[in-house]
Amino acid sequence: MAEPQHHVTPVSTYVYVFLALLVCTVLTYFAAKADFGLLNNFIAMAIAITKALLVLYFFMELRHSTRMTVLTAAAGFFWLFLMIGLFLMDYGTRMAVVLPVPGK
Amino acid sequence: MNSTPLVDGHAHGDGHRHPAHQFETMEQQKETSTLGMWLFLVTEIMFFGGLFTAYVIYRHMYPDAFAAASSTLDVKWGGINTAVLICSSLTMALAIRSAQVNWRKGILIFLSLTMLLGLTFLGIKAIEYRAKFVERHVPGDVLNEPFHFELENHHEAAVAQAQDPLYPRHAEIFFALYFIMTGVHATHMIIGILILAVLWHFSRKGKFDSEYYNPLEMTGLYWHFVDIVWIFLFPLLYLLGAHTH
Amino acid sequence: MDTIAARAPVTTTAETSFERPNYLNSSYGWKSWLLTLDHKRIAILYLISVTAFFALGGIFAGLVRLELLTPEGDLMGPDTYNRVFTMHGVIMVFFFLIPAIPAVLGNFLVPLMVGAKDLAMPRLNLASWYVYNLGGLFTLWAVVHGGVDTGWTFYTPFSTTYSNTYVIPTALGIFITGFSTIFTALNFIITIHRMRAPGLSWFRLPLFIWSTYATSLIIMLGTPVIAITILLVGIERGFHIGIFDPRLGGDPVLFEHMFWFYSHPAVYIMILPAMGVVSELVGHFARKKVFGYRIVAFASVAIAVLGFLVWGHHLFVAGESVYSATVFSVLSMLVAVPSAVKVFNWTATLYEGSISYQTPMLYALGFIGLFTIGGLTGVMVATLGIDVHVHDTYFVVAHFHYVMVGGTIMAYLGGLHYWWPKMTGRLYSTFLSRLSALLVFVGFNLTFFPQFILGYLGMPRRYWSYPPEFQVLNVLSTAGATVLGVGYLLPICYFGWSLRYGAKSGNNPWGAVSLEWDTPSPPPTENFYTTPVVTHGPYEYLAEDVHNRLTQEANFE
Repeated sequence: MAEPQHHVTPVSTYVYVFLALLVCTVLTYFAAKADFGLLNNFIAMAIAITKALLVLYFFMELRHSTRMTVLTAAAGFFWLFLMIGLFLMDYGTRMAVVLPVPGK
Repeated sequence: MNSTPLVDGHAHGDGHRHPAHQFETMEQQKETSTLGMWLFLVTEIMFFGGLFTAYVIYRHMYPDAFAAASSTLDVKWGGINTAVLICSSLTMALAIRSAQVNWRKGILIFLSLTMLLGLTFLGIKAIEYRAKFVERHVPGDVLNEPFHFELENHHEAAVAQAQDPLYPRHAEIFFALYFIMTGVHATHMIIGILILAVLWHFSRKGKFDSEYYNPLEMTGLYWHFVDIVWIFLFPLLYLLGAHTH
Repeated sequence: MDTIAARAPVTTTAETSFERPNYLNSSYGWKSWLLTLDHKRIAILYLISVTAFFALGGIFAGLVRLELLTPEGDLMGPDTYNRVFTMHGVIMVFFFLIPAIPAVLGNFLVPLMVGAKDLAMPRLNLASWYVYNLGGLFTLWAVVHGGVDTGWTFYTPFSTTYSNTYVIPTALGIFITGFSTIFTALNFIITIHRMRAPGLSWFRLPLFIWSTYATSLIIMLGTPVIAITILLVGIERGFHIGIFDPRLGGDPVLFEHMFWFYSHPAVYIMILPAMGVVSELVGHFARKKVFGYRIVAFASVAIAVLGFLVWGHHLFVAGESVYSATVFSVLSMLVAVPSAVKVFNWTATLYEGSISYQTPMLYALGFIGLFTIGGLTGVMVATLGIDVHVHDTYFVVAHFHYVMVGGTIMAYLGGLHYWWPKMTGRLYSTFLSRLSALLVFVGFNLTFFPQFILGYLGMPRRYWSYPPEFQVLNVLSTAGATVLGVGYLLPICYFGWSLRYGAKSGNNPWGAVSLEWDTPSPPPTENFYTTPVVTHGPYEYLAEDVHNRLTQEANFE
């Protein structure tokens, strides 16, 4: 990090990332067309997360950022997953209360 | 005096940039604005996060109605729009790169392309919205006509009815979330395009070069973030019913 | 600058402060205030706005207590009563408690305490004040036109479908004010990260900075969620789209989840800065390094993180799953750990300290006692079984007033008394200020302790009338509120008086050694004449400092 103002990325890197993102988009379409049952959700999200990481890492230059910046970005996404997870903790465990039958 | 969303640097008569009064060096100023921008993006993550969470919960509650409603969206337009946004992210990155290598004309070219692609995205979004208006898939009383949702395939309709007797109501929730999520996203796009227009104006005046291009970089972060939101919206909204319908 | 020089009281340079302009007299006129980028002036602007909203919220509180003086609804009907307590809650929570300490004391002190010339983004800081007032105007508009009757929690579907009051303007006001909070928090975080003076390492920062930092984290992560929630409520109400409406397949419990995901951490937004202020006061008035400095610092961060994991305890009786309720109950009790760590460490700091009972310290000691009661009853209501019994009763009302009023407002007033000479360069009446601290403490307990009993006996909250057997305790509570009101009015009077007639305080009337006192009072616009070099922690008092303090105190009296 001698001269952090000038991390000039070659155009080819950007183009490769761009192509990878396009391929992922096509891939996610065909993955959704096929029926993998519950797995469909995971595949779709895995591809979306991959694409997001590509954008974060190359376009948003996280690879040349300070640790503090990376930590900030990670904290944001972590908190989002925390929120979704704790919400699902409630909704995933909503079930009818079964009262014990007397005499059994 | 300050046209950019974050910290500016003043170009004085001697041609050198000086930091704003509260900073010691340009370096400190730049690092501070980068961290500030990322913190802002964290608030954006949580802002969209509230919507994503609501979406996840309702999809968990009404999976069949959501899949049925999702299948009425046009995957073709959604896919094209994804490509358009990815393309605009590329041009945005290239605009910043042009500044880094001091190619001032390049900044203008790539900023224009980015704006153009952003507008294309919004145009396609308008076509999609119009289709939904025609089909009366607009929830609530936004239109004069009430919301109407029915599966065309009678067999599918019967199955859906059996699984979820209230499925048209639950499809309405899907469309409510669809319009709000894409609407909030489109609002971010419009704001982004307006900021890009201001930056374009300033780059025409030659304000940005390899020594100072911080506002370009900050706007780039915002633009890419809006792209990431769409990367998640596309499979969640358009593709979730693709394998069953 | 060697250690001794950095620690010498600045009083020796008092003459220079008369010659050089300070931030108050460097420029004059309305424009110089309304367009200022100086964090100290913005803090003063915030002080004025926040005080106005506090007064308004206080008037509504007074109306509530007046109505509850008698069991019958003789002052107002149920509709009016609903509006009055709602406006009390909305104004106090969103326009006073959340911004009070960060926006007034934080704005003034963060750059001074980190040795910076200003916050990192001064324009954003000024924008924050304007945005705050804009949001306030929307809410005031709603108040003038008849207010809202949903309670400050805006529970759906009542707020989205059935209420006939001004929900959308109020919600819009809260939405807009959220931005001002975010602007302030963003400024604090980057300032604390990037603009610390040379030598000021993380563990040399005052504890107020640590707690402000933790608060800012909560604001950044939580506020956007309330923004989107309020937006959804507005859209649902405006366009009759059923997101939270059970008639349309929506789930009102989802609203409660989303609302409390922010609003529970919001109580830590209120209490954490207060804890920071108390850490400062305890350290400086016991003339000791705060016991377990690092633990207290990390406890702030722990509270911020754990505070995000407990919101479900507001939904115990709302239809949340039993499993989820159990988990949230356990997590809620965990927050008591870092909070208790702080209380124990303040107490340990006092042990063998050279304590002086100046007004700020009286407030701090009051805080510790009241916060302990508020916190312990918090553990009680976090317990599933007890909560089912006391939910929506005055027990809960008493509990959170002990934390918010007994905690936050005590600390806010304590901080204001402590840093008043720093902000204005003037002294206020020692006798009156001690009297007000006493009145606030006595009045507060008289107001809210009977409410614990009322709630435990089963008096529900948010009703305009009650059975006659509750009257004695309610009269006690209203009497206490009157004393409390006098206690709050007094500081406005003697602070106002001190602005014009108060004796000059000198640069460091308390003989404190932390960085903000290392510059003239009131400080110059650029805060420090030369960038300070920090060589020691904020509470490193030596025997000679204690001696200095005693001399200073003699002058002060």
